[in-house]
Amino acid sequence: MALIELEDVRRTFTVRARTGRFSREKREVRAVDGLSFTVEAGECVGYIGPNGAGKSTTIKMLTGILVPSGGRLRVAGVDPARERVALARRIGVVFGQRTTLWWDLPLRDSFELARRIYRIPDRRYRENLGRCVELLDLDGLLDTPVRQLSLGQRMRGDLAAALLHDPQVLYLDEPTIGLDVVSKGRVREFLREVNRERGTTVLLTTHDLTDIEQLCGRVMVIDHGRVVYDGGLDGLHEAGESERTLVVDLAESRPAIEVPGARVVKVEGPRQWLAFPARESAAPIVAAVAARYPLVDLSVREPAIEDVIARMYAEVAIG
Amino acid sequence: MAEPLTGTLAEPLVEHLAEPLTEPLGARTRWAVRSWWLCAGMWMRSTMAYRASFALTLGASLVTHSLDFVVLVLMFRHTDQLGGWTLPELAFLYATATFALGIANLLVGSVDGLGARIVNGTLDTMLIRPAPALSQLCAERFSLRRLGRPIQALAVLVWSLATLDVTWTWDRVLLVPALLVCGCVIFGAIYVGGATVQFWWGEAKEIQNSVTYGGATLLHYPPTIFAKELVAGVVFGVPLAFVNWLPALHILGRPDPLGLPTAFQYASPLAAALCVAVAGLAWRAGLRAYRGTGS
Amino acid sequence: MPNAPGLYAAVARGAFRRYSTYRAATLAGTFTNTVFGIILASSFLALWQARPNLGGYDQSQAVTYIWVSQALLVTVAVWGGGFQDDVQDRFRSGDIAIDLYRPVDFQGWWLATDLGRAAFQLLVRGTVPLLVGALVFRTRMPEQPVTWAVFLLSVLLAVVVSFGLRFLVSITGFWLHDSEGVRSVMLVVSMFFSGMLLPIALFPGPLGELAHVLPWAALVQAPTDVFLERRTGTGLLGPLGFQLVWAVVLLLAGRAAQLLATRKVVVQGG
Repeated sequence: MALIELEDVRRTFTVRARTGRFSREKREVRAVDGLSFTVEAGECVGYIGPNGAGKSTTIKMLTGILVPSGGRLRVAGVDPARERVALARRIGVVFGQRTTLWWDLPLRDSFELARRIYRIPDRRYRENLGRCVELLDLDGLLDTPVRQLSLGQRMRGDLAAALLHDPQVLYLDEPTIGLDVVSKGRVREFLREVNRERGTTVLLTTHDLTDIEQLCGRVMVIDHGRVVYDGGLDGLHEAGESERTLVVDLAESRPAIEVPGARVVKVEGPRQWLAFPARESAAPIVAAVAARYPLVDLSVREPAIEDVIARMYAEVAIG
Repeated sequence: MAEPLTGTLAEPLVEHLAEPLTEPLGARTRWAVRSWWLCAGMWMRSTMAYRASFALTLGASLVTHSLDFVVLVLMFRHTDQLGGWTLPELAFLYATATFALGIANLLVGSVDGLGARIVNGTLDTMLIRPAPALSQLCAERFSLRRLGRPIQALAVLVWSLATLDVTWTWDRVLLVPALLVCGCVIFGAIYVGGATVQFWWGEAKEIQNSVTYGGATLLHYPPTIFAKELVAGVVFGVPLAFVNWLPALHILGRPDPLGLPTAFQYASPLAAALCVAVAGLAWRAGLRAYRGTGS
Repeated sequence: MPNAPGLYAAVARGAFRRYSTYRAATLAGTFTNTVFGIILASSFLALWQARPNLGGYDQSQAVTYIWVSQALLVTVAVWGGGFQDDVQDRFRSGDIAIDLYRPVDFQGWWLATDLGRAAFQLLVRGTVPLLVGALVFRTRMPEQPVTWAVFLLSVLLAVVVSFGLRFLVSITGFWLHDSEGVRSVMLVVSMFFSGMLLPIALFPGPLGELAHVLPWAALVQAPTDVFLERRTGTGLLGPLGFQLVWAVVLLLAGRAAQLLATRKVVVQGG
């Protein structure tokens, strides 16, 4: 069953720019320009693209906040623009950078409000809350005011609040932004669980490629309001030859080191950045560095999604 | 974390799909009020988290708002009448206008934060909840500390009613509560209608202040001291005169400086209903424009 | 401190420019001042019709009193605000502790921004209501040109006194969890004792005597007295001297509070 359907969806904005001290100019901007795709129930889709590509405009149309300028749009069987409130009961939304929890009140109170606003039947509420508390490890936090929670704890609270009413679709906007590695892992594990266990359809926008790698079987890249890539993550890596970065801290400052299979892209005191193809394993390169130079510390950085996409465009332009 | 699933949770909640998509107006209004009540309750408990500050600001708000009346009293130390009206009569005007503004401000005043919510994007988080955005917006930062204004207004009203030299016929008696309720509704509608302008012009909040706070200040004084054009403006333009001036003319047995038909002195409920209708339509139009259906 | 006067002048200019970018807000605020001016001037007119020459003001002076006070309301920040909102933001973000250690003096910096703000507010929110008032009502403008210059000096002193008061309120934020409460109490006192609502000459007996010596009289009462030429020649030294004394006392008090705050931050390690 197709849960999200878009057919040639367009959205234009009129932007008024100041051109002089008193003169203004009206300009039409196409934020979304002929978008068509379908998401089946139970899918987990990464929706990515550079800033200003039309991601948030799409999400706003899918949630019924914005009305499309043209085209056809259906989510969970309803037209979001016309049935915004009815749709609200069937979707969950989490903004990574904006909590919907009540700042000065215990976490539990935010959940209680959700119960009433979404009119969740009592039994269903107890079961869902119990399950979320268990999976997200919120047990000791329910009576803590939200302002005293860490960023990671707050995000877990937001996720729980968005799922108490059993939404069919879950929109996530940067759910792991600013979190430490442990918290990121926990959030991803939970989302995987929700997607598998309840068959909740997940649409995820993020700048963190690892989110996509670990959660999404399908990626859509959007740019200038159009889908420029729709497929598996592997295909994306192939489409744009991406590189990972190995950051090494040597015992002392030295000129750019030489390691087969990698090239030094930056040197800063004893720290050096080595780029290598994303599909290669980091292990032989680490071994090679360790064998030749005294090594203090190292870390591997995943390619930024922008880099991957940027490379993809470069490829498209050349090919 | 990965333990076997319980059967009930894996099924999607299908009852939602059976729900009618559009509900009748009565049910929608009840739901809007209930949403407001739920959100306001959350805000009230939030502000209670800072008790000391709460007590101090409630006290300060009581005194601040009393000051306007103190000024009137000080004026009457130098004269027996202002524009032909006595102090108890002015106190009646002051109390009714202040009460109406105070209650409207308590219940829906926060709607004037709309412009800021559009700019920082939090209006969107309200639109994705199944509760009306207007209810959520009006309940925003709800706090009982705003009771300072209506409480002191009631105190002044009691003093005024006890001191006024009026023959209390039944229609005059009935007009007092009617005037209080209609006044709250009119100011409430002005808050909502005025805030709606912020959908198009984000900085309109201050203009709205001049209608609400300025309007209430205007209504503290008798209509006789103002230019006739101004009085006509608040009868036929922004219908502030229906908050207290027109019914007060009847209650206090004063001639109408504009010489309008007496029907106007009973017309506050009609004016209030009209204000609500206009504000409601304006809100709808504003929200449509924001979502992009309008223009 | 490298080239301090130049630096503070730049800070003040920056604040002036910043406020000048809030065009719509300024426009709307000016409108509000004008609306209130019309309402209050009408009420004063009615009062002075009943009691001509009340408090030593004739009718046109009384009406002008309202318009000058509306012009001063935001310029002198009788309500509070201006730099106070910025300081409050810095308390919320925790940056305030860093501010105390900047090479620029904390008090001096905020005074400079407030003077820049006041200059802009006077230019727009000061002049427009005064002009409208002069057009719609029978007002009394200064007869001697020099009065305008003395008035500007008096407004400058009023802004400094107002800054001194607001600085003391804001700095309580170092000790109180939330200085909102203090601010709202201050607003009440300030609106009443500045003469914003009623000329102090109309206050009864001891209340009037008290109001005459409190610092808030320097905010509105003193500049309006200058504007209405109730004091001329050497008589001007009265209100101006009064303002100057309070300005110095309050700035020194603010300086002392700042030292205490710095010490507190040092003890807590920022």
